Amino acid sequence: MKHAASFLRAAVLVALGGAVGTASADITVISFGGASQKAQDKAYYAPFAKATGVKVVAGEYNGEQAKVKAMVEAGNVTWDVLEVESPELVRGCEEGLFEKIDFAQVGDKADFVPAAVNECGVGIFVWSTALAYNADRLKEAPTSWADFWNVDKFPGKRGLRKGAKYTLEFALLADGVPTSDVYKVLATPAGVDRAFAKLDKLKANIQWWEAGAQPPQLLASGDLVMSAAYNGRISAAQVEGKNLKVVWNGSIYDVDSWAIPKGSPNKADALKFIRFASQPDNQAVFSGEIAYGPVNLKAVPAIDAKVAAGLPTSPENMTGAMATDTEFWVEHGENLEQRFNAWAAR
Amino acid sequence: MSTAVDTSAAVPLPAEGDGTPLKKRLRRAERRRNLLFGALILPLALVVLVAFIWPIGSLLTIGVDNPEIHDNLPRTLAVLEDWNGSAPPDEAAFRALADELAAAKGSPAIAAIAKRLNRENAGYRSLVMKTARKLPLDAAVPAREALVAIDAQWGELATWQAIHRAGGALTPFYLLAAIDRAIDADGDIVAAPEDERIYVDVLLRTFWMSLIVTVCCLALGFPVAYLMASLSTRHSNMLMIFVLLPFWTSVLVRVAAWIVLLQNEGLVNRLLMWLGLTDSPLQLLFNRFGVYVAMVHILLPFMVLPLYSVMKGISPVYMRAALSLGCPPFRSFWKIYFPQTLPGIGAGGLLVFIMCMGYYITPALLGGPKEQMLSYFIAFYTNQTINWGMAAALSAVLLAATLLLYMVYARYLGPTRVKYMKAR
Repeated sequence: MKHAASFLRAAVLVALGGAVGTASADITVISFGGASQKAQDKAYYAPFAKATGVKVVAGEYNGEQAKVKAMVEAGNVTWDVLEVESPELVRGCEEGLFEKIDFAQVGDKADFVPAAVNECGVGIFVWSTALAYNADRLKEAPTSWADFWNVDKFPGKRGLRKGAKYTLEFALLADGVPTSDVYKVLATPAGVDRAFAKLDKLKANIQWWEAGAQPPQLLASGDLVMSAAYNGRISAAQVEGKNLKVVWNGSIYDVDSWAIPKGSPNKADALKFIRFASQPDNQAVFSGEIAYGPVNLKAVPAIDAKVAAGLPTSPENMTGAMATDTEFWVEHGENLEQRFNAWAAR
Repeated sequence: MSTAVDTSAAVPLPAEGDGTPLKKRLRRAERRRNLLFGALILPLALVVLVAFIWPIGSLLTIGVDNPEIHDNLPRTLAVLEDWNGSAPPDEAAFRALADELAAAKGSPAIAAIAKRLNRENAGYRSLVMKTARKLPLDAAVPAREALVAIDAQWGELATWQAIHRAGGALTPFYLLAAIDRAIDADGDIVAAPEDERIYVDVLLRTFWMSLIVTVCCLALGFPVAYLMASLSTRHSNMLMIFVLLPFWTSVLVRVAAWIVLLQNEGLVNRLLMWLGLTDSPLQLLFNRFGVYVAMVHILLPFMVLPLYSVMKGISPVYMRAALSLGCPPFRSFWKIYFPQTLPGIGAGGLLVFIMCMGYYITPALLGGPKEQMLSYFIAFYTNQTINWGMAAALSAVLLAATLLLYMVYARYLGPTRVKYMKAR
């Protein structure tokens, strides 16, 4: 009984301490977790806390905006800085979920790649979704999405991100649509049908994944022979000694951005954090930790040549790659995701 | 409070001098007692109301709520009220729309309008946003010309029909979509387009998977409960711990454990290959098998515990009597013992079945897209597309199906019914 009472007291103290702790100057930064978050911690969170005394509380999510919407609508915002993909950034900005950001407080626009400058967001890094495979399991290396669809030559299960985004593009690429025409074709109903028809052919061999950490695991364990994967996660697995390879041909790159949920109580510190994370030196550290390209062009010279060769932004890797069409996904995302779900469940 | 009960319970005989009749005083005492009991259950009633009925009610209203166009374009809708709908409307509607879009520009309202119209037809989102960027219009130019100049779609009949269609304060759109129905251009209810027709299948799948899990739980749980009820206390307590230990472990941990066991290079596959039963690893995960195994494992205690509590109350005398009167063992089990366990089977079965109906995390982690039940789609609309109308409508369908099931249970298998069967 006595123990229970003292335990309770301790628990209350801890809870209060936690509440008081967050009420001070900590900021909560939400990213996509995993290897990417680890790299962010090294490049941004820890140095920022050291430089300013503002502690960063790290959290993770899979990109769903429902929580942000619920927080903003309820007026109880507990996230201060959020990593978002570009269509979500545009949509959230229009819907009033994010604070407008005065770019002058972050840096000189001219120093950044154009996709990193937005009304409500500041780019963090350039990342790519690419074909990855386990080189220990495949005798011959696949070179394109057509190979990904070729079950006779490469038998076994393939992984794709569970969702319409990227999956439909890859299907069209496999069907012979050139990178420059993918979104043009996909904007027509016939093009969407074509993509789904192509996916139908592979459906029995697809295993869907949702979190970015899954593909390297499933590839390494031999559950998958090939998978669409975030390039940084594959490079992180390579560092751990796994013989995984990335096929840059037909990869799709995009910029992830920082956004501040509307009504964040620590807006000033949040902005300070974003400014800190946009500095070329810190961006170079980040790219050294995980193979994602910097958005601040001044960071490029600071990056080791060997590291640079493995980034989505290296000119070699850019050949045969394509950019995500943000506008297209803002427009068609909801309908296509819905149709994708109906298709997948059947 | 006990005093109040006491006095009312022991109402003294009518005092001689008191003029109030006995009947009246009895009624007063009765009323006082009712008030007291009412006050006692008031906290619970409040909790149920605030934490249960009110949120569910407001959730259900989201399923028919349709405020985006209705609240943000009231003047346009007023003009469209007398519109015949067979040709694009006249100048007044264009002007009203241009004014209201201009007013909504830069606020979340414009995004709400765009998002809602985009649900009618993909492409209207950019139409609205693009138009808003070029507003307000020059008052001297006719609004119709100006809007058509911004985008030719404003001159099309379909655009205006979409605004008109989406303009009601309430909409059956989500509820209909949740049962694979849609409203066509003429306002008739028709089957949804084929590539969107899934929810009836998913609902049936939800029922079917729940049924399988319930039957498996019963088949596995019944002997365990029987054994526990017939063993000595010491041994049955030991067994009880085995039942309860997994029950106390987090569901996520148990699901993760199944992933470790069932994956291609997992223990089960390695064992099978070592025994020579199979050459290549079997696909045990991300299909229905994995989901069934984990769900039965997680829900088994919910079957065993009600069964055990009922079996514990069954006196062994009946079985002994049946056996001593010459009834064969299985027959006496089936005729004498089994009917007495029916309340436990009913309670356990209902508990497991209803919990299955709402299952989300296990199929999400261990199943492929073909194993997802209705709650997965509710989560999808809530989190991913942020279409809360659709999420609420699907929840309403799930709630209605569960209630229906409970009513069937209460009618045919409920406590009163079982009592009746016993009496017979």
